[in-house]
Amino acid sequence: MSELISHIENKRLYFVIWALLLCFTALTTGVAFIDLGAMNTVVALAIAVCKAALVVLFFMHVRHSEGLVRVVVVGAFFWLLILIVISISDFATRGLVRNPHWL
Amino acid sequence: MSEAHATLVAEQFDDLAQQHQAASLGMWVFLATEVLFFGGLLASYTIYRYLYLPAFEVGSRHLEVVWGATNTVVLICSSLTMALAVRAAQLGKKKHLISFLVVTLIFGLMFLFIKFAFEWRHEYLDHLAPGINFDFAGPQARHVELFMVFYFILTGLHALHMIIGVGVLTGLIIMASRNAFSKDRFNAVEIAGLYWHFVDIVWIFLFPLLYLIGGRYS
Repeated sequence: MSELISHIENKRLYFVIWALLLCFTALTTGVAFIDLGAMNTVVALAIAVCKAALVVLFFMHVRHSEGLVRVVVVGAFFWLLILIVISISDFATRGLVRNPHWL
Repeated sequence: MSEAHATLVAEQFDDLAQQHQAASLGMWVFLATEVLFFGGLLASYTIYRYLYLPAFEVGSRHLEVVWGATNTVVLICSSLTMALAVRAAQLGKKKHLISFLVVTLIFGLMFLFIKFAFEWRHEYLDHLAPGINFDFAGPQARHVELFMVFYFILTGLHALHMIIGVGVLTGLIIMASRNAFSKDRFNAVEIAGLYWHFVDIVWIFLFPLLYLIGGRYS
């Protein structure tokens, strides 16, 4: 019956995802001790996004969810992106352009 | 539809599958609000980090990266056992369900213990608790203090979510032992799982943002 209600994932797959998450954790911790300049932040965030994607897709079953749930998931993270990107684009570009003389 | 089956489906739903979808969707809408709840703090953290980068890197280096990484591993393990608990509920295996929920609960308590008894205590003893005993000798003390404010509020709110999760797990364990769940009735376990994994995701971002990207190599 419950197979009709929701998809039941293979147990082995959960252990594979768990192992991948642990590898990513070791990787991100190790890389933090290597000087990559500005790339340190990029690598750390890229690994975090990969880990979050694994949790969302497999542990949270979004891989087998219907479209409506996926819209909410994508919407949530897209709005977060709008909040951060537009806020930081304000601060990062201040002083780049001088005010015109008539202002 | 059998009589027993019919009582499992609330009046407003056509069948069990639709009821299950509605429960998941509702939880995801709540989690979307949670993304933006933490998002406001993360956005302000990003801006202040941009404005006071050197001080934020100094602050970051005062955190205990070993405990941060340990807690990341603890939470990932708890997510695995939570996923297995949901799977046991889907299969209607009561004993497995209860064991996995108890293991998840233990991992959750372990996280909180490390957070408070090792990390927060260590930072308090280092005189890094803003508003309580902050005392930092350095040119950018005020901005290091700001980093510590973000650290305590972000990890504190995350810990609060963990405490709520521990309460939810305790409730589920009691309900499961009273036979509240079956192969056809496990929505509560499923959506509690979604919540638990979400709290894990928040930590997956907090760990690099607070502990790692502060120039650990220098």
